[in-house]
Amino acid sequence: MYQYALKRLAMIIPVILGVSLMIFIAMDLAPGTAVDYLAPEGATEEDLMMLEHQLGLDQPLLVRYANYMTDLVRGSLGTSYVSHRDVMATYLNALPNTLALAAASILVAIGISLPLGMISAVHNGSIRDNLAMVFALLGLSMPNFWVGLLLIIYLSNGLGWFPSGGFDDGLRSLILPAITAGTGFTATITRTTRSSMLDVLGQDYLRTARAKGVNERTVIRKHALKNALIPIITISGTQLGAMLGGSVLTETVFSWPGIGRLIVDSVNSRDTPMVTGSIVMTTIIVSLLLLAVDLLYAVVDPRLRARYASKGKG
Amino acid sequence: MKEELILDVKDLVVHYELEEETVYAVNGIDLQLRRGETLGLVGETGAGKTTAALAILRLVPDPPGVVKSGTITVAGHDMMSVSAKELEEIRGKDVSMIFQYPMTSLNPVFTVGEQIAESVMIHEHTAKEAAMERAKEMLELVGIPGSRANEYPHQFSGGMKQRVIIAIALTCNPKLLIADEPTTALDVTIQAQVLELMAALRKQYGSSMIMITHDLGIVAESCDAVAVMYAGRIIEYGTLEDVFNRTRHPYTEGLFNSLPNIRDRARALKPIKGQMPDPSVLPEGCAFAPRCPYATERCTQMPPQEHRFGGTHRVLCSAYDDPAFHIERGRQNG
Ligand SMILES: Nc1ncnc2c1ncn2[C@@H]1O[C@H](COP(=O)(O)OP(=O)(O)OP(=O)(O)O)[C@@H](O)[C@H]1O
Ligand SMILES: [Mg+2]
Repeated sequence: MYQYALKRLAMIIPVILGVSLMIFIAMDLAPGTAVDYLAPEGATEEDLMMLEHQLGLDQPLLVRYANYMTDLVRGSLGTSYVSHRDVMATYLNALPNTLALAAASILVAIGISLPLGMISAVHNGSIRDNLAMVFALLGLSMPNFWVGLLLIIYLSNGLGWFPSGGFDDGLRSLILPAITAGTGFTATITRTTRSSMLDVLGQDYLRTARAKGVNERTVIRKHALKNALIPIITISGTQLGAMLGGSVLTETVFSWPGIGRLIVDSVNSRDTPMVTGSIVMTTIIVSLLLLAVDLLYAVVDPRLRARYASKGKG
Repeated sequence: MKEELILDVKDLVVHYELEEETVYAVNGIDLQLRRGETLGLVGETGAGKTTAALAILRLVPDPPGVVKSGTITVAGHDMMSVSAKELEEIRGKDVSMIFQYPMTSLNPVFTVGEQIAESVMIHEHTAKEAAMERAKEMLELVGIPGSRANEYPHQFSGGMKQRVIIAIALTCNPKLLIADEPTTALDVTIQAQVLELMAALRKQYGSSMIMITHDLGIVAESCDAVAVMYAGRIIEYGTLEDVFNRTRHPYTEGLFNSLPNIRDRARALKPIKGQMPDPSVLPEGCAFAPRCPYATERCTQMPPQEHRFGGTHRVLCSAYDDPAFHIERGRQNG
């Protein structure tokens, strides 16, 4: 198992090399540079050249990339072209906001989806099933920013229950963004729960459990759910991973100072170190998360535990 | 006399109502079983044996299964009217079942110990640790080292899984044990072991048992009474003596004739020609008539009549409307 985890960790390195190179190239191909963004009104050609030289932008792409990688190996993500602040520090400053939002949204989504998907599967084909599926479809088809705006209009501006943006109100300011970002997940996780449970509900071992005198609730919540869990963990983990890159729309609608906005702002100002650093960090965090999800499979399913062990040896 | 009955099934009818068709799986069967008695329920594949057994525990999957009519009494409980709560108390304690498919009947994500212990915790309200101790004892009893209680089903062989399922079914000393082909999934040497084991355990606990099988050899060795099922009905029912030595129904005769060799009755292999009718389109008359060497035109038009011989022997065959009728095998064996 440890060996398996180590192997997975080692695989992050080539991914980072590839991802950062791609960002460098993309930022280089994009029209304009940080110089255009930073140059004051009426700057002369000479001023621009100076600025370009200061930022090192006069060097060829590969040299810049090599310099960046040397820094990275030393553990530095460089400094921002724009704010001149340390990239790592800026990233770590925004990270807790994104983590809080991601965790809260996934909790909202699972809290709604798991019961909904289970009810839907147990009462397959009934009115309850259909209602749940319509709800899931709505969640999937409503754009995030629109849900966010609705929530702001009714619950924040209308009733004044929650702040409409920022994050000064602690938990209360987290609720609306979490619901907004969670709605889209709710749909996917509900559908996954439903289909995974439907697969399991016909299994012989549930009949064995009933024949022992296990009550129906326990049959569903213990015997069936634990077997249905793997696809649910997969989809929730993937959704959570996607959120760690920041959810730009939700963060924008709620003025939430997370990674998503950080990256978008940095792309706009062609702040290559900031963009690359943020994405490299996100890549590492998402890889760790997916590894954690993989290890979680083994906790849930003893058959996979055995397989990891044998893979680790090989 | 009535109190002595551990199981009393009357006129049980079970259908599977599918979208395209209705499968008439069980079409009015009666079964009685006294304390300590073992009944062999035999019949070819699709005869409705498993469905009848599941109905006794109220475990027919619904949908598509529907128990259309009948009364089922298990150890004094009217199974058709008990509450869900009572049903949970009856299952596993008064009646339990050994399932036909050991490979899929254990939950892959719980240890075998946990799966045995669950029964103990439900019916004897013991704490988890004590229940796990009992689980280990039960494993030892079925010939598996107790130390393996913490292993998962995928770590066990098919024969061992079957033993675990037997252990689960026997943990709370059920008054009635239904064993659905407990040995078909096993190879011959292990078959004998498992059967011996079940016989020993049953003696120890004095349980009644229904042994579902299509192996007449197993019936001869372990049963007191025999019910032969065909297309959802019991076509011959009696003591082991009645059915084996005074065979009356042409289908039962066919079963014996198609056996290679049972109890020295060496004779040429004569498989029953044709197939059991599709249980979704049962004929109007006797379901066996199309394959029956004695069938007359009347058999294909009228439902078969029940005839009784002695106090215990029942046969569903209109040929016995004629008192002089007898099958070949019957003639030979007197
Ligand atoms: N869940 C189900 N849905 C639809 N039809 C079913 C279902 N279960 C059983 N049947 C049908 O009911 C009939 C009786 O099946 P059953 O399993 O009771 O037979 P059996 O005597 O146990 O056969 P076997 O010896 O193969 O185990 C068969 O025609 C079968 O196809
Ligand atoms: Mg069967």
